[in-house]
Amino acid sequence: MNKSPNQKNTKSPDKSGHFGPYGGRFVPETLMPAIMELDSAYRKARRDTGFKRDLAHILKHYVGRPTPLYEAKGLQKVLGQEIRVFLKREDLAHTGAHKINNTIGQVLLAKRMGKTRIIAETGAGQHGVATATAAALMGLKCEVYMGRKDMVRQVMNVFRMQLTGAKVIPVLSGTQTLKDAINETIRDWVTNVGDTHYVIGSVVGPHPYPMMVRNFQSIIGRETRRQIRQLAGRLPDVVMACVGGGSNAMGIFYPFIKDEEIRLIGVEAAGKGVETDLHSATLSVGSPGVLHGAMSYLLQDHWGQIKGAHSLAPGLDYPGVGPEHSIFKDSGKVGYVAVDDEQAFQAFKLLSETDGIIPALESAHAVAYLMELAPSLPPESIVVINLSGRGDKDVATVADLIRERTEK
Amino acid sequence: MNRIDRMFSQIRKGKEAALMPFITTGDPDIDTTEKLILEMDRQGANLIELGLPFSDPLADGPTIQTSSQRALRHNINAKDLFGMVRRVRKKTDIPLVLMGYYNPLLQYGLSTFAEDAAASGLDGTIIPDLPLEEAGQWIAAAKTRGLDNILLVAPNTSADRVRKIARVTQGFLYYVSVTGITGTRTELPAELYQGLNAIKQLTKKPVAVGFGISMPAQISGLAVITDGIIVGSAIIKLIEAHTIKEGDDLRAGPDLVKKVGEFVGELKEATKKGC
Repeated sequence: MNKSPNQKNTKSPDKSGHFGPYGGRFVPETLMPAIMELDSAYRKARRDTGFKRDLAHILKHYVGRPTPLYEAKGLQKVLGQEIRVFLKREDLAHTGAHKINNTIGQVLLAKRMGKTRIIAETGAGQHGVATATAAALMGLKCEVYMGRKDMVRQVMNVFRMQLTGAKVIPVLSGTQTLKDAINETIRDWVTNVGDTHYVIGSVVGPHPYPMMVRNFQSIIGRETRRQIRQLAGRLPDVVMACVGGGSNAMGIFYPFIKDEEIRLIGVEAAGKGVETDLHSATLSVGSPGVLHGAMSYLLQDHWGQIKGAHSLAPGLDYPGVGPEHSIFKDSGKVGYVAVDDEQAFQAFKLLSETDGIIPALESAHAVAYLMELAPSLPPESIVVINLSGRGDKDVATVADLIRERTEK
Repeated sequence: MNRIDRMFSQIRKGKEAALMPFITTGDPDIDTTEKLILEMDRQGANLIELGLPFSDPLADGPTIQTSSQRALRHNINAKDLFGMVRRVRKKTDIPLVLMGYYNPLLQYGLSTFAEDAAASGLDGTIIPDLPLEEAGQWIAAAKTRGLDNILLVAPNTSADRVRKIARVTQGFLYYVSVTGITGTRTELPAELYQGLNAIKQLTKKPVAVGFGISMPAQISGLAVITDGIIVGSAIIKLIEAHTIKEGDDLRAGPDLVKKVGEFVGELKEATKKGC
């Protein structure tokens, strides 16, 4: 059989988890047996029909997949261009964000591995809620590390985790946000590695996490391909998603990665501006380094100390990004841009008004970039935006901002 | 023979284990670190581990985390550490090993880092987040400058893997006493002695044990079966207790160096007992 060059069997990542120069396993020796065990358990599970059937069943009947692909006619009207905009409605998945696709997969795997305890980090609380939910569903004990500052900002999600039986542990070290919650969860895992599985919430961390989380999230892109063909009769011209750690973006991009004619755009958080110190635009202005077990783009100083990140959207507030995004940036497969807090805030309000959909502030970043991009798109263009989560959790933040402005 | 090898060959002849204190460079300030090295040397320490502070020390417990943060208030970096080692090297021949996370080395440039570290008089490195599989580039860079790269094994490392790691480690093999992070523990796991004995069967290189060891009583038990004993958090706690805080400013109290020295002296005595 003749194989064309692009069918060549090039595995990404390679066996030791490297995406070119990125990825890998930069962890204390104590964790090496655990991540190797996880790697082999995951490889077995993904070929196992029983595992696949159980996962598919839960995703359909519990999570509510497939999530709709909705043509945002209201937004289209405001744009005034002859383009079609579709929203992949991950906000309609159980618990209100795409995070559940990954946590169901990982907790199912952990149970299969005989683990009795689940730990996770969370920033905005969405991943914590999704992990606590999956653990409750499958009857495993769950503890979630959350920066003390984030616990104050996201009280509702703290309560949701507690309601589903999880223990939320405040993290007081460092910046008291997501980065430090990850450090603390890794420390817990090093200590309790025998009976505990760490559910990482994004396409970050040591191998196999970036690959495994990508694969669990890829259901977003696979559904989108099928749905857009039905609705528009062809594949889209542009696919966009916000990027913090990058799991929702990877989930929707990955099944389109070989379609060279499709533009993939990852939208980072420029916070108060990439020229300030208050942003999370890791790929746009960061540089490669090692954090949380992998080589990837980071926000760091000259000496390799990790900088704090900032975004109005707590889920984007992270100074690292997935290693596979790093190689996509270098190869140009995905274009990465950044929009600031103000643009995200405006897009949040806009989509709420035009289509009655309150997006998460994270997802609002992708909508915001569409406003910038739309005028340059040819007529008849089809754009898909991954609407990664719903905005209920952000209503208080946005209400405060609106109040501040009316008072001025 | 480099300083580390020479030290272990002498230790193994005598009836004792090497005492290897860890301190964070620049906690509370770099001059104190310099004084501590000399004082610990006088009190019988056999090798000193110098922490290079990092913003995200994920293998460390609260004691060393806050110690790193104290050092980072003065933005202590690798250049400062090398400068301090260069000064102290004129006064002592004690083996000095840098313990630090990988990213600061990577950003400095691996080959320049190895060059500057060796030129300053450092003898080796321990990088807790750089396991065997990822360590190739650094080991190559370190080797050309005569620096040892010391690798770690843990209680859950398989015998096969211990053999592989022991073949590559230089100077000694660092045995992590517990599955966990750094920090003092009143009780060491019962399996520790068994674990250490098993490791000793797998390698002829010196084995040093660290994580959790804080008291002379623990040391005398361990000295029988190991070549070296690392004490970190217990010393850092003492440094913290003798640091004076004035507003945002931290400075060494009048007794800091003396108290740490006395403690190191006691620990050293314990390494000679039971043998």
